[in-house]
Formats: sequence, C-alpha cells, structure tokens
Amino acid sequence: MYTQMSDGIDGNPNAADEREGAFNARLDRAVKIESPDWMPEAYRKTLLRQISQHAHSEIVGMLPEGNWITRAPSLQRKAILLAKVQDEAGHGLYLYSAAETLGTPRDEMVAALHSGKAKYSSIFNYPTLAWADVGAIGWLVDGAAIINQIPITRCSYGPYARAMVRICKEESFHQRQGFDIMWTLAHGTPEQHAMAQDALDRWWWPAVMMFGPPDSESVHNEQSLRWKIKLFTNDELRQKFVDQVVPQSERLGLKIPDPDLRWNEATQHYEIGQVDWDEFYRVIRGDGPCNRERLQARIDAWDEGTWVRDAAAEYARKHAARSVA
Amino acid sequence: MTTPFLDARAQYVLRLADNALVLAQRLCAWIGHAPVMEEDVALANVSLDLLGQARLWLAYAGELEGAGRDEDALAYHRDVREFRNVLLVERPNGDFAATTVRGYLYDLWAHFALSELARSKDDRIAGIAQKALKENAYHLRRSEDWLVRLGDGTQESRERTQRAVNDLWRYTGELFLGDDVDALMQSRGIGFSPEALLDPWLERVRESFSTATLEVPADAWMQRGGKQGVHTEALGYVLAEMQVLPRAMPEATW
Ligand SMILES: [Fe+2]
Ligand SMILES: [Fe+2]
Repeated sequence: MYTQMSDGIDGNPNAADEREGAFNARLDRAVKIESPDWMPEAYRKTLLRQISQHAHSEIVGMLPEGNWITRAPSLQRKAILLAKVQDEAGHGLYLYSAAETLGTPRDEMVAALHSGKAKYSSIFNYPTLAWADVGAIGWLVDGAAIINQIPITRCSYGPYARAMVRICKEESFHQRQGFDIMWTLAHGTPEQHAMAQDALDRWWWPAVMMFGPPDSESVHNEQSLRWKIKLFTNDELRQKFVDQVVPQSERLGLKIPDPDLRWNEATQHYEIGQVDWDEFYRVIRGDGPCNRERLQARIDAWDEGTWVRDAAAEYARKHAARSVA
Repeated sequence: MTTPFLDARAQYVLRLADNALVLAQRLCAWIGHAPVMEEDVALANVSLDLLGQARLWLAYAGELEGAGRDEDALAYHRDVREFRNVLLVERPNGDFAATTVRGYLYDLWAHFALSELARSKDDRIAGIAQKALKENAYHLRRSEDWLVRLGDGTQESRERTQRAVNDLWRYTGELFLGDDVDALMQSRGIGFSPEALLDPWLERVRESFSTATLEVPADAWMQRGGKQGVHTEALGYVLAEMQVLPRAMPEATW
C-alpha cells in the first residue's frame, strides 16, 4: 500500500571506489539502475528493506479491509472491495518480484516478516471497527499511499520504479472508492454520518503518521534522497497529504479531529497540531492495537498452507520424475 | 416472515442466483488467508466472477417477480427459508481441500448446467449463461487442477482431499434432482433436466478422481432441500454475517 521510512540505512558508501563513481554518475544522469548492475551494498540493502517492507505492507494491508468483505452492505460495494483487496495482493506480488531482483527469494522475506524482523506499515495495526473504516482507509490510507508512491515511479532502481507505475494506477481507483464510501455515508442517515465521522476521528492521526517521523528526527532521509530512492522528505509528503485531504473533508462535511488545524495564508499551506510520535513509535515497536493479530493471521495462513504447498511441490516432483522416466 | 409468491421462472432464476451468491460469499472469506499469495488472487477472481453472475441472475429474478426487489433487496432481506441455493455451496470452507472439492463438484455441475442454459429459449437466461460459461471454464480448470495436485500430492493432502470428498458427496445428489419447477422450465425450453446431467457429470468425476488417485464414494443417501429452502444449519451464519448492516440500518442506502 505504501512505504514507511522508519528504518536506518546500512553502512556508508565509499566515494573513493571507482565503480561507485560510475554508479553516482548514473544517478546524476537519472539513468535507472537495473538488477545486473553493480550497486553499493548499502544501496542494495536499503532498497531491499524498503521494497520488501512495502510488499509486506500490501499483504498485511489486505487484512483490515478483508475483514469487511463478507459484511459489505451492498453487492456492488462487496465487488468493489473484493477487487480492491485483490489488487493489494497483486501489489504484494509485484513488489516481492521487484525485491527478488536484489537477490533475496520471496520465502526468505516472508520468513523475516513472520519472525518479526521485517516491518510493515504500522497503519495496518489499527482495527476496522465499522464499515466506514473501509471508506476511511481507501480515502486516507490509499490517498497517502499515492502521495508516497508517485515519486517512487521516478526512483533510481528500475524494477521498483516500474512496479510502482502499475501499482499507482490501481491506487487511484482505491482512493476514489474510499472517498465514495465516505461521501455516501456522510450524506446518508444521521447514524451513517456519525459512523463516517468516527472513522475519520480514528484514522486521521495514524494516516498522518504514515509518512514517517518528522524530518528533524529522520536520520536517513538524506542518504535516500541522494540515492534517489526517495525524492521528497517525510514532511514534504505529509504536507501534500494534509493540503489534499483537508478540503476533501470539508466537501464531505466531516471534521478533522485536530483543534490546532489552520490555514496559513503566508505559506498557502494547512498547518496541523502536534502529532503523537510516542504513539507512532509504540505501534512500530509492536504495541499497536492489532500488531499481534495481524502478524498471527499471516503466520496462520502460512502454517495452515504448508501441506498445500508441500502437496503441490510433491506433485510437481513426481510428475517431473515420471516425464523423465 | 411470509414467502412472497414467486412464479416458477423467477424461482428458477433465483436458484441460479443463490448458488452463485452463496459460493461467492463463502470464497471471499479466504482473501488474505490463502495457502499461497497467488491463491489469494485466484480465489478473489473466482469469488468476483460468481458475485457478478449472482448480480445478473438476481436482477433478472427481481424483474420476473415484479415486486420491485432489486439485487440488494433479494440478497440482504431474505431469510434462510427463502434462499434457494443447493446445499453444497453453503457448506463451510473448511481447509483448502474442502474448498477445492466443493468448488470442483460445483464447477463441474455448473459447466453442464450453464451449457444447457446457454441454449435457453429465454434470451436473458441464455445471455447470462453464456457469459457465466466463459468464466466457469477458468474456475473448472483451476479447481480440477488443484483437485489432482492435492489428491496426487502427499499422503496428507490425499487424506484431506478424500475426507473432503466423503463429507461433501452427500450434497451432490440434489444437483441432479428435479422438481416441478425444473419440469415446467424444461417443458418450455427454458431450463434443462437435472437428471440428464448426472451421467456426463459422473463420468468426468470418475476420470478426474482417477487422475487424482481419489475414490468415488459408494452410493449412499443424498441430502436435499436447498432448492426448496430447507437448508443446513450453516446457511444461517452465512446470511447473518452477509446481511448484518442492511438489516441493522434498513433506512440506509450504501
Ligand atoms: Fe496497494
Ligand atoms: Fe491500495
């Protein structure tokens, strides 16, 4: 669904290296780096971490909304939500493939997710308590994903950039279906309107946190910017999000739960109040409301699927043997 | 709640609708929990196709009924006794073997049933069936492929698959059991004889089971009643979950 820059960067590139000079020259000329090309180990590791984290987010991200597919309140909404969650599975698959070009097989990345070593976006550690949450996720979380991901279509690593082009097309449909759910609820019965407001109240701050810690605390912005893995800072992206969403909330007739939110005439931007970064770090550390359930659901799917994967492998082995014989 | 009068054709179309709807509802619960990620995508595909078919059938059933009920009124505001799906599709997902076997038994029946309906004198039914038949070709290919891989995979996978076959077999008889509605539809060239599908269905089942190294269960009592609205206990929970929001807020539109 999107990527969250919460981890550090491994090592330090050695500028003296000749290959590194050529690598940097390619970055400067905006020539894409491809998987057979030489790349600094730190660049490879950082990318691998970011892309696999992004893939995990797509896959774990299926769960909170998947939770409502069986309960979608109309057949059309059910079909749209099902297609949307299916897209997220597809995004996970493209991203694992992109990450595999860096030399790590998917199963290894998945094992790192299941062991708790690899992270995924902390937004998915919040519960979907009502149907309006599906609307809020599409509108805010996919909306934030688009803002985060569109620049990545121009990032320096070819396979990642190309995966992101495909993904971004689908994300805008996700954002629109979410906004449409919110619109219908906000203009529905008083009960539906209250449901929409409650969802906004619960999802607003976690969505704002999706862009990662403020630039002042983000040690790795700079290196990722130099490598063109990241093209804007966390705070720049967050500002775009706020500027986009506040007028949308006004059109919906819903109130952003921030008493300090105001328009700054001089900068021509909205300013938000203090973000609770303690909460952000707490959820990343594993103490969000649903961290355990989300991870356990993925582990269960994997464990309960073991006999199926074994059967498929055994069938393939037997038939390969038979066709040779 | 009283059952509104449905003429035979509306009832007939409603049965087709409910088969697709209930199976779609069952399958969509897998998404996010499949044994491999590619299967999350595939199960969502099948579920989406069936949901699309259900919506076309429901819309037509509502028109035939003429009581102003649209697809959502029919899907969300009928109780268990008013659902007309065969029992097979409401059976629980169970493990991946149970889902696969249920899917295979249904997809194969649907292949023959839709092939007949594609030639219906009712153009609307024929049109929906032709579209559904194209989708069914993929569903059947996929479920048969998994049936064979699970049956002829490991010892565990064969045991699980055979168990699923033994559990579900008793729900297949109903697929081939006609009643007055079927007879009337067949006599008007709108529908087909369910009994006539049994032999070709069984022949293909025997072939696939043999490839999958599975045993076809011996003849035994076949459960029935779904088409007349007498279901297994499982359906009540399916509907309770599916219908919760429109039932809780009947004034709302979504
Ligand atoms: Fe996504
Ligand atoms: Fe998305």
